[in-house]
Amino acid sequence: MFAYGFMRNAFLASTFIAITCGAVGVYVVARNFSFLAHTLSEIGFAGAAFAVWLGIAPLWGMLIFTLLGSISVGELSMHSDQKESAISAISALFIGLGVLFLAISGANSNYATNILFGSIIGVDKQGVIHLVVLSIIVLLLIFAIQRPLNFDSFDHIGALAHGVKSGLVGVIFLIALAMSVSIGAQIVGSLLVFILLTLPPATACYIGRTIPTMIAWSVFFALIGVWAGLYLGFITNLPVTFFIAVIEVAIYLITYFVHVVRHNL
Amino acid sequence: MEDILEVKDLAMRFDKKTVFKNVNFKLKKGSMTALLGPNGTGKTTLINILMKLLVPSNGSFKFSADVSLGYVPQFRNIDAEYPLSIEAFVGLNAPVIKTDKTKKAIKRQLEETHLLGIKDTRMGEASGGQKQRAYLAQALLDNPDMIILDEATASLDPTAKEELMGLIKHLNQKHKITVLFVTHDVPLAKKYMKDYLYLNHGTIQQGKMDEFKGDYE
Repeated sequence: MFAYGFMRNAFLASTFIAITCGAVGVYVVARNFSFLAHTLSEIGFAGAAFAVWLGIAPLWGMLIFTLLGSISVGELSMHSDQKESAISAISALFIGLGVLFLAISGANSNYATNILFGSIIGVDKQGVIHLVVLSIIVLLLIFAIQRPLNFDSFDHIGALAHGVKSGLVGVIFLIALAMSVSIGAQIVGSLLVFILLTLPPATACYIGRTIPTMIAWSVFFALIGVWAGLYLGFITNLPVTFFIAVIEVAIYLITYFVHVVRHNL
Repeated sequence: MEDILEVKDLAMRFDKKTVFKNVNFKLKKGSMTALLGPNGTGKTTLINILMKLLVPSNGSFKFSADVSLGYVPQFRNIDAEYPLSIEAFVGLNAPVIKTDKTKKAIKRQLEETHLLGIKDTRMGEASGGQKQRAYLAQALLDNPDMIILDEATASLDPTAKEELMGLIKHLNQKHKITVLFVTHDVPLAKKYMKDYLYLNHGTIQQGKMDEFKGDYE
C-alpha cells in the first residue's frame, strides 16, 4: 500500500488532520460548538467552490471562507438570542454561494464530489506540506492559549468570575477551528469534516476525566478512524469518508452504550 | 480592625430602572457578613459591580491594597454529562502544566473542602453539596483574603447546607478569610453570620445579624 506515493501522502496528511481535529474537537464539544463546526464545513464547501472558480487550490478558498465565516457566526451567535437560527441563516447563504460558484466555474460534478466527500488522491506532496504546516500552527495556537481556553471552555462562568479574557480566547479559538475545518476537509471532505471534530471528542468525554486524557483519547479515536478508513478504502476501492464515518459512529455508539449500561446497573 | 472594603454612594440604573442608589457601607477585615434581600433587589448586581463585571452608574468602591478576592457565582453550567473530575475542575484555575507546588495546592484545597476522597468523581455525577464545595475549592486556589459567595446554599438540602456553612465558618475562623455571603435565607444567616447588609427598597442597611429585623416586603 505504501508503495504508492499518493497513499503515503494521504497517510501523512490524515495523521496530522486526526491529531489536529481530535485535539481541537475536545473544545468544540466542551463549548457546545458542534453545530457551528457543521456550519463551518458548509462554509468551507462554498470557499472551495470559490477557489475552483478563481482557479486556485481549494484549501486557500476554504481557509478564507471559514475564517470569515467563523468570526461572523461567532459574533452573531454571541449577540443573538436565536443562536441556532443565526447559524442556520449563514449556513444557507454559504451553501447557496457554493452551488453558484461551482455552476459558474464550469467544474464537472466529479470535482464537486471531491470537495464534498473528500478524496485520497486529492493531496499531492506540496498539499501535504501545507497541511502539516497548518496543523502545527493550529496546535501551537491552542497550546498558546491553553490555560484560559481550558478554563473558559469547561467552566465559562467560573472563568469570567476569575477575570479570564473570555472574548479574546473565543476569537482565537474560532480561528483555530476554522483552520481545522479547512485542513480536515482535504481528506474527509467538507460535508463530513465535522465527524472528526465532534465524534472522537464526544466519545472521549465518556472515558477521560481530565482535559489531557480527553485530548489523548480523542486523538486516538480520530487516528483509528482515518488510518483504518484509508486502509479499507484502499483495499475495497470504496470511499474513505464512508469508512471513517462508520468507524467513528460505531466507536461512539459502543462507548455510549457501555456508559448507559454501566450507569443503569 | 481595618476595613477591607469601602463602598461610597454606589448606584446602578439599567435604562430608566434604578436598581439601587446611595449604597454606602464598609466591611472589616475578618468579618462575616450576610448580604440579605428579597429576590430581584440587586444583590447579584452589587456583587458583579464589586467583581468589576459591571460598571456602576454612580459612586465608587475601594478594596484595601493588595487584597485577593475569591468569588463563587450563583449559577454554573455543569450538567449531568459534564466529564471533568472534581480534581480537574478545581485545577482549571491553575496552570495547565502542574508543578509539584500546584499539585500540592490543589490537594490542600480538596482536603480543606472535604473532597479529597472523591476527587476522581465526575463533576456531572457529584451531588449539589459536593459541586458547591468544588466551586469554593476552585476559588480558594487563589489564596483569597476575602471570599464572596452568591446564593451558595440556595439549591442544597439541609445536611449539605450545614456542611457548607460549617466549612465557611472554618475558613473565616482558622484562615481569617473575610466572608460576604449573599442569601435570602435569614434563619441560616442568623445561625452563621455576624453582620448583615440588607438590600431592599433601592438602598442598603447595615447592622449586627442578631439584631436583624428585615421586613422583606
